[in-house]
Amino acid sequence: MAIKTEAVGKEWPATTYEVGKEKIGEYARVVGLENPVHFDREAARAAGYRDVVAPPMFCVVYSAPALGPAMFDPEVGMNFAAMVHGGQEFVWGEPACSGDEIETTSKCLEIYEKDGKGFYVFETVSTNQDGAEVVRGTWTNIVRGV
Amino acid sequence: MAALNAGDRIAELRVTPDKYTPHRYAGASGDFNPIHIDPEFAKAVGLPNTILHGLYMMGLVARAATEAAGGDPGSLKRLSVQFRGMGAPETEIVVSGEVKQVDDGTATIDVVAAQGENQTIRNAEAEVSL
Repeated sequence: MAIKTEAVGKEWPATTYEVGKEKIGEYARVVGLENPVHFDREAARAAGYRDVVAPPMFCVVYSAPALGPAMFDPEVGMNFAAMVHGGQEFVWGEPACSGDEIETTSKCLEIYEKDGKGFYVFETVSTNQDGAEVVRGTWTNIVRGV
Repeated sequence: MAALNAGDRIAELRVTPDKYTPHRYAGASGDFNPIHIDPEFAKAVGLPNTILHGLYMMGLVARAATEAAGGDPGSLKRLSVQFRGMGAPETEIVVSGEVKQVDDGTATIDVVAAQGENQTIRNAEAEVSL
């Protein structure tokens, strides 16, 4: 069966997320980060950040919600039962700090078939309240047996 | 400023996630896919048991790369990974890596996360500013 590719280039509405100090701390503790810049406002400011700073991979917390509508879009038509998260890339810009309001857009970059598997590649772009890019994510989902 | 040179091994990061780590990661990240937190659901879809979130393991890779660059979270500029093996709770994860090149204040580090022989994250590449 040929894979559907008409969703390539499609974009979905932006989501917004307000970064909170305690949410940063919760994430940092789970991955074992102990740097006080993730917990303590004074320590973060002393290190040159506007406020408590998020660990880079905290980006999944604020950018993933933008991906939901893309992944569940029937035009994309991914078979979730056979899907795995195959690859991920993030490129970071401005740090995300407590109090930031981050807007994330999502777009389908590529859909292609290789070795009997479907590759679905999405991009999210997150910008802060000043319009500065915070992170750009490339999400690759692989569906077996397309 | 961290001194990193091509060919250097970065400090290994060893973490053993406990039985409840996927629950805490689900809460922290918002990813409540039941394959990570519900053993009955995981087994019903053919998995041996609940599995770790891939992005949790990527978080450990990011932590190891950041620590290699001196610990400032702003030093990690790019990270790309491929998820291959499934990660299991209550099993030690070893994150290891080697500096591939250092160019104009940026180090590129090749990283792997493994549980024993099972490489859960491979072909990971981190760029950190020094």
